[in-house]
Order: sequence, then structure tokens, then C-alpha cells
Amino acid sequence: MLNYVKLVALGLITLVAMIAANYARDLSYMVHAMLIMVIAGAMFLWVLRNTDEPVTPDSDLSASYMDGVIRYGVIATAFWGIAGFLVGTFIAFQLAFPGLNFDWSEGYANFGRLRPLHTSAVIFAFGGNALICTSFYVVQRTCAARLWGGNLAWFVFWGYQLFIVLAATGYLLGATQSKEYAEPEWYVDIWLTLVWVAYLAVFLGTIIKRKEPHIYVANWFFLSFIVTVAMLHIVNNLSLPVSIWGSQSVQVFAGVQDAMVQWWYGHNAVGFFLTAGFLGMMYYFVPKQADRPIFSYKLSIIHFWALIFLYIWAGPHHLHYTALPDWASTLGMVFSIVLWMPSWGGMINGLMTLQGAWDKLRTDPVLRMLVISLGFYGMSTFEGPMMSIRAVNSLSHYTDWTIGHVHSGALGWNGMITFGALYFLVPRLWHRERLYSLGLVSWHFWLATIGIVLYAASMWVTGIMEGLMWREVDANGFLVNSFADTVSAKFPMYVVRGLGGVLYLTGALIMCYNLWMTATRSPAKAGAGAAAVPAE
Amino acid sequence: METYSFLRELADSWVLLILFLFFAAVIAFAFRPGSRSIHRETANIPFRNDDRPAADKEGAR
Repeated sequence: MLNYVKLVALGLITLVAMIAANYARDLSYMVHAMLIMVIAGAMFLWVLRNTDEPVTPDSDLSASYMDGVIRYGVIATAFWGIAGFLVGTFIAFQLAFPGLNFDWSEGYANFGRLRPLHTSAVIFAFGGNALICTSFYVVQRTCAARLWGGNLAWFVFWGYQLFIVLAATGYLLGATQSKEYAEPEWYVDIWLTLVWVAYLAVFLGTIIKRKEPHIYVANWFFLSFIVTVAMLHIVNNLSLPVSIWGSQSVQVFAGVQDAMVQWWYGHNAVGFFLTAGFLGMMYYFVPKQADRPIFSYKLSIIHFWALIFLYIWAGPHHLHYTALPDWASTLGMVFSIVLWMPSWGGMINGLMTLQGAWDKLRTDPVLRMLVISLGFYGMSTFEGPMMSIRAVNSLSHYTDWTIGHVHSGALGWNGMITFGALYFLVPRLWHRERLYSLGLVSWHFWLATIGIVLYAASMWVTGIMEGLMWREVDANGFLVNSFADTVSAKFPMYVVRGLGGVLYLTGALIMCYNLWMTATRSPAKAGAGAAAVPAE
Repeated sequence: METYSFLRELADSWVLLILFLFFAAVIAFAFRPGSRSIHRETANIPFRNDDRPAADKEGAR
């Protein structure tokens, strides 16, 4: 019976997508309608072929963890990571060598189209998949319960991949609402909202049916990430479509209100997506890899509450010297500076977990990766508050210093902790004794670290340089440099930044090879298939 | 009073006070007597149930 309902729904979706493709007012909407038509049509055929077939009753699955979706998540994380790093490295060279904006790709693969593709690919595709798969792994292990909702977790995974594909192709074809980190247009936003609500249901459902009396702190961070991102996403994407047959929309907020909502969203995307969510990973994987509990559980509670109470106010520091009222940007600045304390509290909590086990850093490159990610977390959470101070911001804003700051956080903190988590997960998920090669992990570690150092250092130099050049005035009060002067002065640093990207990408490719060989060639764990053993 | 001024005054008086008191209460609660053993127990959660969910009969370990 359920299959008939599914068939009706899928048939209707296919039909509506056909009509939408026909009436489409712009190219990206038409491509998306056809994509949905093909996917829904294929699912229709697949359900049809399986309808009225004898069903084998499911064995009791509650005695095992749901790891299949996590394995897919690990693969998706690695795949989108490579895609995002590759695009990022390419656009870095586009900035250094404008000739790479080829004439034949103009309007599709020039810098302006590829830049949101890069940011969304690394933040939402790489980071998002890492968060979804690690949160599914962690919530099951720390709740001692199988994921709630059966196949809903699969819907979350595939629905999220569809969101990524719709967003990415939309950018290339020109569908964007021009909000940084929130570029996808209205129908993609609605789809993501559905997927996100399902994600919340799976996560919360698992916490509710947990067998442990307490909710481990990592799950607090993951939950705050899911809830807050849902709130941010909905408020920042309040828009009216121009037509239901087109991808363009008009924002509900206007002017400075729109700018404030955008950066309330934008900074909390950093705060809750790239910080709270990844701290959830930190609070599980660092203790596990170091094989000792977190340094101070009390500190982790204080860390959590202080972080979520402070982060939400920090957004206005993106709007210094704008039409935003002074009191609001001062508020953002003050909260950003206060935020330094919980950030460093969390870093210290993670680092001190190694108390008495520092020797493991000599032998375990995976732990080294997790620890350096905490180092970069500490560094960028010091740099960020400093840059939010109005006087510093007057120099740093609109320069490459901001880009350097973002990348020391994103490559160093988010990237490294994700790599560490992947190295942790793959042997366990594919039931392997150990990683294929620790030597290759060391190679990855050093390539990535040197890559980040090249990136951040060159961006500091070029950012401060162009900030100083922009404000330089001669004796008569005239500006000394034109904008083009700063562009040509930045060339050497742009090349160094691109090389840093090449090193980081190479490290990630080595990781993919290593993980592939781990899953296929590494010695199988004794008693493999332990996941299928029924409970006593 | 216009909506903007009303919300602004509400935000930097009562709401600020409520949020601050809630935050202070949460921190105080973390330091309540007897929390140490609970926190030690909770901090060790990642080192249990690695391979399969806890069985029902055992109950919460």
C-alpha cells in the first residue's frame, strides 16, 4: 500500500518537474527541473519494479548501529573535499593569472561564478557531510542506541547531496540571491529546510531513546549546531519568488536590516556550523584517539553555554563603518572579544586531554592532526576577536587579511579535525585492523600544515599591505595609490597562496588514497562483522 | 512607543537580565555538590558501547 502512495507522489513530482522545465524562465531553473524530473522518474521506476514483490521481514536491527549511511557520508566528505579544494586552488590562480578566466567559459566558470562554488563546496559539502556523518556516528555511540527513524537518515544523506548539486549547478548557471554563504535560491532553500528538519528529527530521536542516562557534551554541541542553523537559515532566506517558474527571488528585508540579518546569519554560520558542530567532533574524537576522557567535563559545560550565549551577538562586527547604528556594531565587537575566553577554554580543554599522554604525539600522526587543529582553532579565535575591534577592522576589512583569517580557521581547524576524524572512522567503519599507512598520514599532515602556513602568511602580508596602501595619503591629502596599484603589488603573494593550496590539495589526495587502501587492502579486523552479532 | 524603541529597551534591560541570570544559573548548576561523580561518569561515555547499542535488559549502564 505504501508503495502505491510513493508511486503517486513520485509520478506527480515527475509531472510537475516536466511542466516546470517547460515554463522555466531561466536556464538554471530549467536544468534543476529536468534534474528533479530525472531523479523522481528513476525513483518511480525503481519503486515500481519492487512493488508487489515478496518482502523479506527485516531482522531486528536495534541490536546494531546504523553505519551504512555513515560510510556513505565518509566517502561524500572526501569527494566534496577534493572538489572544493580543487576549485579553491583554481580560483586562487585565477586571481594571480587572470588569463585563467577563459573566454569560452565566461559566464560559467569565471572567478565570480566559481567563488561561491568553492565556498559552498568546502563549507557545506565537505564540512556539512563531515558534520552529518560524524554526528550520526557519535550520537549512536554516546547514546548506546541505533539511529532513530530507520531510513530517514538515508533521506537526510541523499537529500543533502541533492541540495549540494542544486546549489553548485545553480551558481555556475547564475542562480544566486547574492547573500554570502547563503547564495542558493528560494526552492533550494525550501528543500534544505525539509532535509534539515529530518536531520533534527533523526538526531533528537536518537538522543530521546538513548540508553545512557546523560547526554554526552559532544551531542550538546551537535544539537545546538542543528537547531541554530535551522533558525539562521530560515530567517536569512525569507524571500518571495518572482515567479514559481523561475529561480529569481526578492528578499523580504531591505537595506541595513537585510545587511544585519545577513551577517547575523553569516557569522553564526561560522559560530554554529564551523565551530559548535566541529567542537562536537572534537569532544568525541580527541578523547577517543588519546584514549583518555576529556580533561574537564565541567569546563566543557561552561564552554558550551558561554559559546552559544556569546556567539549569536557577534555578527555586527562585519558591518563596522556602515549604516548600522554604532551601538549595534559596538555590541558585536564587545561580544566578539569576550568570545575569545570560551574559545580558548575549549582549546585548553582539548589540549589538556593529552595530559600524561603527550608522548602519543610522537607516534600517532592522527592525534597530531587533531591537536594541530586545536592549535589553529586557538590561533584563529584569537585573530578573529582582534580583527573585530573597530580600529583594527578599519585596516583589515575588505583586504586579504580577512581571507587569510578565514582560511587559517577553515583549513587549519575544520579541515584538520575532519581529516583526523576520517582517519579515525575508516578503519572502524570498514572493520579494519588499522590504517593502511601511518607514513602517508604524516605526509598529509606536513603537506597540509605547510600549505596553511604559506596561505596564511601570504595573506597577512598582502592584506596588511593593501590596507596600508588604500589609506596612504600624500601631503595634500590625496590618495597615493589606485586600486589597480594594490592589485599588481599583490601578485607574488597570490602565487604563494596558490602554491599553499596545491600543497593542501596534494595532502588531501594522499589521504583519499590512504583511506581507499585502508578500506580495501588493510588487514581485516579479527571477528569482522561484529556489527551483525546479536545482543546477548 | 514605536516597535523599534520598545524592542531595543526591552532587549537591553529585562531580556539582558534574564539571559545573564540564566547563564549564571547554568554555570552555578555545573558546580553543584555531587556533580563531580556524575561528570566523571559522563565523561567516560565515549569509552563504552563502541560496537553495538546497549542491550535493553542491562538498562542504562
